[in-house]
Amino acid sequence: MSEKPAASETAETPVEPTKNILQRIFVRTGKLSSLLLPILAVFSALVIGAVIIAVSSPDVLTAWKAFFQDPLGVLSITWFTVRDAYIALFEGSFGQPKQIAEAIRNWRGTGETRPLLEAFRPFSESLVIATPYIFAGLAVALGFRGGLFNIGAEGQLFLGGLASVYVGYSFTNLPWFVHLPLALLAGIAAGAIWGAIPGFLKARTGAHEVINTIMMNYVAFRLTDYLLQGPMAGPGGLPITIEIATSAYLPSLFPKPMRIHAGFFLALAVAALVYWFLWKTTRGLEIRMVGANPHAARYAGVRITSTIVLTMALSGALAGLAGTAQVLGVNHKMVRAFSTGYGFDSIALALLGNSHPLGVVLASLLFGFLRGGAARMQSVAGVPVEIIRIIQALVIIFVAAPEIIRGIYRIKAIREGEKTLARGWG
Amino acid sequence: MATVTLTRKSGRTIREIALGVFFLVLAALIFLLLPPRVEELKSTFVLTSLRAGVTIEAPDLVLPTWPALLVIGLLIALAGVWQLARGFRRVDRVVALAAGLMVAAFFVWATRDASINLTGMLASSLVRATPIALAALSGLYSERSGVVNIAIEGMMLVGAFTSVVVASVSGSMLLGVLAGMLAGVFLALIHAVMSIRYMVNQIVSGAGLIILALGLTSYLQRSVLNLNPELNQPGPAIPAFAIPGLWKIPVLGPVLFNLSPIIFVLFILLVVTRILMNNTRWGLRVRAVGEHPRAADTLGINVFRTRYICVLISGAIAGLAGTYMSIGAAGRFNEGMTAGKGFLGLAAMIFGNWNPGGAFLGSLVFGFFDSWQEKLALLEVGIAGTLLGMAPYLATMIVLAGFVGRARMPAADGQPYEKQ
Repeated sequence: MSEKPAASETAETPVEPTKNILQRIFVRTGKLSSLLLPILAVFSALVIGAVIIAVSSPDVLTAWKAFFQDPLGVLSITWFTVRDAYIALFEGSFGQPKQIAEAIRNWRGTGETRPLLEAFRPFSESLVIATPYIFAGLAVALGFRGGLFNIGAEGQLFLGGLASVYVGYSFTNLPWFVHLPLALLAGIAAGAIWGAIPGFLKARTGAHEVINTIMMNYVAFRLTDYLLQGPMAGPGGLPITIEIATSAYLPSLFPKPMRIHAGFFLALAVAALVYWFLWKTTRGLEIRMVGANPHAARYAGVRITSTIVLTMALSGALAGLAGTAQVLGVNHKMVRAFSTGYGFDSIALALLGNSHPLGVVLASLLFGFLRGGAARMQSVAGVPVEIIRIIQALVIIFVAAPEIIRGIYRIKAIREGEKTLARGWG
Repeated sequence: MATVTLTRKSGRTIREIALGVFFLVLAALIFLLLPPRVEELKSTFVLTSLRAGVTIEAPDLVLPTWPALLVIGLLIALAGVWQLARGFRRVDRVVALAAGLMVAAFFVWATRDASINLTGMLASSLVRATPIALAALSGLYSERSGVVNIAIEGMMLVGAFTSVVVASVSGSMLLGVLAGMLAGVFLALIHAVMSIRYMVNQIVSGAGLIILALGLTSYLQRSVLNLNPELNQPGPAIPAFAIPGLWKIPVLGPVLFNLSPIIFVLFILLVVTRILMNNTRWGLRVRAVGEHPRAADTLGINVFRTRYICVLISGAIAGLAGTYMSIGAAGRFNEGMTAGKGFLGLAAMIFGNWNPGGAFLGSLVFGFFDSWQEKLALLEVGIAGTLLGMAPYLATMIVLAGFVGRARMPAADGQPYEKQ
């Protein structure tokens, strides 16, 4: 593994009085300044997303054909198309302010909770979506800290889901305090094994984990197809398993229309655990050492091979938990399409969160709200949910290349450059 | 390299012993597969084929199943014993040979009392290898100049998408192909600017571009193509081109001389790349930039320009690969239709040690594994098609584990260059 010169910045730029407001915020906020770049990255991605929404909207395109007759009208059609889409996105992710206000008034007057739950449902849905994001984002972030790029979270997530569902429906008369932990552990173990294989290959043969984790993804998809069509298929020949026993459910926190479950708080707890592990334990330090500089780590007596395998196994375990939380908390069965690309989105999450557990949690909440709102954006404004993926990709690009953002907003760097995350093939 | 090789100071390495045991296990597997000894059990491989309404006759290849399997098993067992006792000097080749024999044994076993069209299988292997080989060439140009490009998958997707739309609108396949290549170049330009100008981590940039391409093409398919289906109808796939005279040669004709024009382009590209990289001044410069950019810079080679050119060529070839999959074969665009072919191409490139010939060979292996799934499904061997579908991916992993350790990648691969 060859060391690369740290990207971008070369020297510290003296801070001078400037008229650029963003620059002033950037300098003044000190430690918070690490938040400014991600925020600007997300903002820029949303702006480009707006352009794509406008360009692909049939109404806007027809309007633009008549641009010279009524330029202002055309611009207003464009503006309202984009505005409607983003309002739908907001309402889909947090709920409609009017409905919420009315529900609260109603609840104060009559004590009726049903409209209240209904009004807060979009908010709860966003948290439900954020739950696997947190786990998967932590998985990739932990890999990054160890200098490994785990693109295989998607496959590990499938394995975690499969294993938990299998345990979930195989036992029917266990008490929940045995059954639930057992199902969780099964998912963790399956994900860990799926992650450890590329880790082992990397450590022993030097085969790059990026390609191997991607290959493991495809193998996991095929394995899922096979299991759902054969050994694990439910009655009726559909590629769906039977429902798990209620004793393996991650308990719901509110009555019916709200789907938020204990998995969300488990995710927050695991994020804290990952922080503790990486920064407060010896093994965590070793992982970060190997990630920062494998040569130095080796001279310091860290066993590279076992550390790489451990990193990948832990990363896989976290990704497996993402699938486990999803099937035990939400789906209660396994279907082929139970993941909407959580594994790939998690790369963006880890980058956006600077591979720090707290950052990952914040980024996951953001993506949960984006994804939660996207469904409403599709139904109300007719914008396909894939727009979210484009925005995510742009976020990755902007966060990975902060110079672009600095260039757009004319912000000068005040710190030494960003650290490198993953290296070349070797 | 932080690679740890397992070596024992004295005697042979654990790896060598493991390989010997591995051969013996393979042989045991064959003997377990042996069907009950029935003399008249025969495996038939049909070589006759039908192209453009013309039957190209060739005699069938008929093997007696039981003796054939026995011979193959004994050969592999012998190799295992020899490896344990004396050790092969060039054990890599023996591994490749044993793997080939293993596949042959599997086919002899699967076709017991049945027949399979071997010519058809070879032809379909080449067809399936084509996008992988193009992706491998794409990666080769970029990486020889020192820029890792894992975004080939994304460049293929935008190439596939753009070519379908342009071919549908213009009615010209050639314009479609050119537009597809241009789309690949556009994505490559982003990658180049990010990794050369902004010195972004090249793997992160590549991953971002893959997600961008996946999202953009899926988004445009749902918001534009599905509402305007006429944009996704470029007409039937580009017709095959038969080389006059040669295409009627039994077996070789249908496999090698009656193909999509893009496959012929691939053949030409393979030869041109080989000559360009190894025998021209430009190729030497590219390799110098990929091996030691600082030294190259000192000698007056423009490192940045060389890398830009190579990454853009990489994008054009990746776009061509995507074009081949959409208007060259499927005749339409489907969401995520590249299905990991770009990554298989990278694996083939590594397998081929960053050389065009080896990369092509690796692609053929993947193409073969890709096509055997459907052939074996026809034979009803009792293994689920989904499980056989894992084969190309598992093969990639085995290849990477077995070869990449000793593969020599360009020394400056993945490292941004900073002028001093």
